[in-house]
Amino acid sequence: MSAPTLTRYGERASLTQSGGEPVPEKLFRWMLIACTAVGVITLVVLLTYTVYKGWPKLNAQLVTNMPSQVSPNTAGAQSAIMGTLWLMVFTALWTIPTGIAAAIYLEEYANPERRINRIIEINIMNLAAVPSIIFGILGLAFISRTLGFGPTILTGSLTLALLVLPTVIIASREAIRAVPQSIRSGSLALGATKWQTVARQVLPSAVPGMATGSILALSRAIGEAAPLLMLGVGFVRFNPDGLMSSFTALPVQIFQWTTESQTQFKELAAAASVILLVLLLAMNSVAIYIRNKTQKRW
Amino acid sequence: MTQLIDKRAAAAGTSGFLRQQRPRHGERAIQVALLAAALVAVATTVAIVIALLIPTLEFFSVVSPVEFLTGTTWTPLFEPPSFGVVPLVVGTLVITVIASVVALPLGLGAAIYLSEYAPERVRRSLKPTLEVLAGIPTVVYGFFALTFITPVIQAIVPGDGLPSVFNALSAGLVMGVMIIPTVASLSEDAMAAVPNTLRQGAFALGSNKRQVSTRVVVPAALSGIAAAFILGISRAIGETMIVTIAAGLQPNLTLNPLKFMETMTAFIASTGQGDVPTGSIEYKTVFAVGMLLFIITFVMNMASIRLVRKYREVYE
Amino acid sequence: MSIDHTHDRPLKTIPVGDMTETPDQPAHTPSINVGGVTRTDPADAPSGDLSVEPVIETRDLSVFYHDYEAVRGVDLTFGKNQITALIGPSGCGKSTVLRCFDRMNDLIPGARVKGTITYHGQDLYAPDVDVIEVRRRVGMVFQKPNPFPKSIYDNVAYGPRVNGWKVDSMDDLVEEALTRAALWEEVKDKLKDSAFALSGGQQQRLCIARCIAVEPDVILMDEPAASLDPISTAKIEDLMQELVRNYTIIIVTHNMQQAARVSDRTAFFTAEVDDQGERHGRLVEMDLTKTIFTNPADRRTEDYVSGRFG
Repeated sequence: MSAPTLTRYGERASLTQSGGEPVPEKLFRWMLIACTAVGVITLVVLLTYTVYKGWPKLNAQLVTNMPSQVSPNTAGAQSAIMGTLWLMVFTALWTIPTGIAAAIYLEEYANPERRINRIIEINIMNLAAVPSIIFGILGLAFISRTLGFGPTILTGSLTLALLVLPTVIIASREAIRAVPQSIRSGSLALGATKWQTVARQVLPSAVPGMATGSILALSRAIGEAAPLLMLGVGFVRFNPDGLMSSFTALPVQIFQWTTESQTQFKELAAAASVILLVLLLAMNSVAIYIRNKTQKRW
Repeated sequence: MTQLIDKRAAAAGTSGFLRQQRPRHGERAIQVALLAAALVAVATTVAIVIALLIPTLEFFSVVSPVEFLTGTTWTPLFEPPSFGVVPLVVGTLVITVIASVVALPLGLGAAIYLSEYAPERVRRSLKPTLEVLAGIPTVVYGFFALTFITPVIQAIVPGDGLPSVFNALSAGLVMGVMIIPTVASLSEDAMAAVPNTLRQGAFALGSNKRQVSTRVVVPAALSGIAAAFILGISRAIGETMIVTIAAGLQPNLTLNPLKFMETMTAFIASTGQGDVPTGSIEYKTVFAVGMLLFIITFVMNMASIRLVRKYREVYE
Repeated sequence: MSIDHTHDRPLKTIPVGDMTETPDQPAHTPSINVGGVTRTDPADAPSGDLSVEPVIETRDLSVFYHDYEAVRGVDLTFGKNQITALIGPSGCGKSTVLRCFDRMNDLIPGARVKGTITYHGQDLYAPDVDVIEVRRRVGMVFQKPNPFPKSIYDNVAYGPRVNGWKVDSMDDLVEEALTRAALWEEVKDKLKDSAFALSGGQQQRLCIARCIAVEPDVILMDEPAASLDPISTAKIEDLMQELVRNYTIIIVTHNMQQAARVSDRTAFFTAEVDDQGERHGRLVEMDLTKTIFTNPADRRTEDYVSGRFG
């Protein structure tokens, strides 16, 4: 027996649809898929193109040789690679302990109703969105020129550390917040001090989240070119040999090669981009691995 | 049997045994150290403001703010120099508009798809893919814009001499794609915060998914989506490498996206790179333009933060 | 080295405040039977006389959260080695009062205490009081078991470790605590396993063992069996009867029958609504459990225990 028909306001005569999903709905859904697809397709095209363009230069020479401004035949990116690695290590050194310490303060010690703490929070949220070139100006004005250090590993890593500090803080705060309050209560009720509770209960549980967040923050840092350009980082043909050493980095080198007109330099830029992307891929994979590994509870 | 602990553990005497056995200096010191770390963020903001403000004030003692803000010629290195920042601002604006036209609808569309339509499997592989898009260094995007997109545009768009090798369209399009993940992710957070009961109520009335998404979820998540848009636009304004590489390093007061133009950020980057003597007026232009950039993005960021707070309050 | 824990050997009291040991208690057949479930008749519980030494006393205690007075005018005494139950409907301040005794209310922003609370005659809220030491001596077991994400062994050893105790044998201390919490037999072969591998009832007994390990004087229990099944609940109640020989126990419970079964003395709370329409918790009366349940002084108490409301 067929279902009663809707006579007045019903759009359909029966409860069953004929012809499947109606056209406007289908159109809408495909529109949405298209929106998502644009990003994905562009990503694929970009990656493919970069590898394709850089293919001629993706060889051992890229890693063993120094860059050159005159002879692209023999140019490599060694100083840039080493510079990026040095930067990564020192940026991590400055920003990760500071970020974690700030996150611990904000989550465990700060009374959210006090003005100073709200100011700190707003500052962090704002800094997270300040354009990276402004950090370059900061580095230029204070570290490089006022203190007179010039474009060294020290100034570069300090500038990048400040740039990604808000990211580390935000990620660490989330990790700390995920630790259940009952754990803290249980610890304090046994006569542990606040710091003992933080160090022995909260931090061990929060470490995986903090590690993931820190790695992601670092991967953003090593992809930045604008702040380094402002610091005066430029063409360098040697590997860094200390904190006060000049340096170059992959993003800067890519930029310089991109702006050269010869085809070979463009190929070098693409090849160096591939190296940078591979490095980022490795870092992100580690972060994801850590995140998945610690999903299962103790 | 139970003398397992030494005498120090049990209190000595009933009077005053609750008083502190040992002063806990360590706790205090740790708290101070942690506060110092948190204050680094405040110190950074203060440092940025100082670093920008002082040279800017010095700049404005030589150049009138009116000329700066309304002048349409930007030739700080000419003799006589002209310091009208409008061409840079217009350059930023044109490229930002192009990027927004790309990023805002596509980002919102992707967010709606991920939040309301996509099956779990698809979602789990799409979200990380979009995150990868966000993780690509902007210098690589710039390279892509200059060496791939620009020739494509030049092939597609007919014209004499246009589009030039440096053009705003190429930079704007690529920048738009770069910003899609930002818009998508923040919008999706906002939509995820909409309680399921609202959706179910609409479904129970016979709505289809399109209607629920567009008439219930999006309006409910509106402040979060607005925050996402504002943040996306702010990122576009502040982005440096794509425009430096692909849009041009000569200021050009035009609205034609097929022409070259220089943005505020590109100007700062190219001037700061060069060996500009400290203390000269050219040096100070970097800070004046930087100050303008900072203020614009600061205002937008504050608005975005407010909106995020608003939607979080409503639902949490 | 194994410690003989045949269960007809009475438990000794622990020294509190001085180092003398009290002589063995006369043989009171232990009611804990690990694996089985036995109970003691409440009528056989130690005398709930007010003449027993008071461990904690409150006078005109009020607790505020910012300007809101959550509970007011509370006068209570808690006797040594007795179980005292705080009963009453939801929202009348029982847990709030309980949290005053180990100063856990300090952790809630805006919480303030008025009136006096004394512990062995000492003002618990005096300015020079070491809160950490208070929390060691006044232990707390929470409504939902909250073992740490560590091994069973490390859970029990945590308290002594953070208090900086130098222990001859931590293994012995852990075993002692787990035995007193009636958990040793069930976990002695898996001390290194995660605490989360235990059932809900076992986890709660682990939390009790953890609490015992720091040699408290008073144990506060905030609805300890509320999230447990009836058999685990019975085990906890039996355990409480054993523990009270060595500790003073204060329990908040929604379960009237539990209070009647287990406690020596009972305090009944209720909520009053004032002229502004705000609820404030109040102590109605406190007496021997027998009296509260059979012959209470206040009409409201009688209504509550006979099930007429709440």
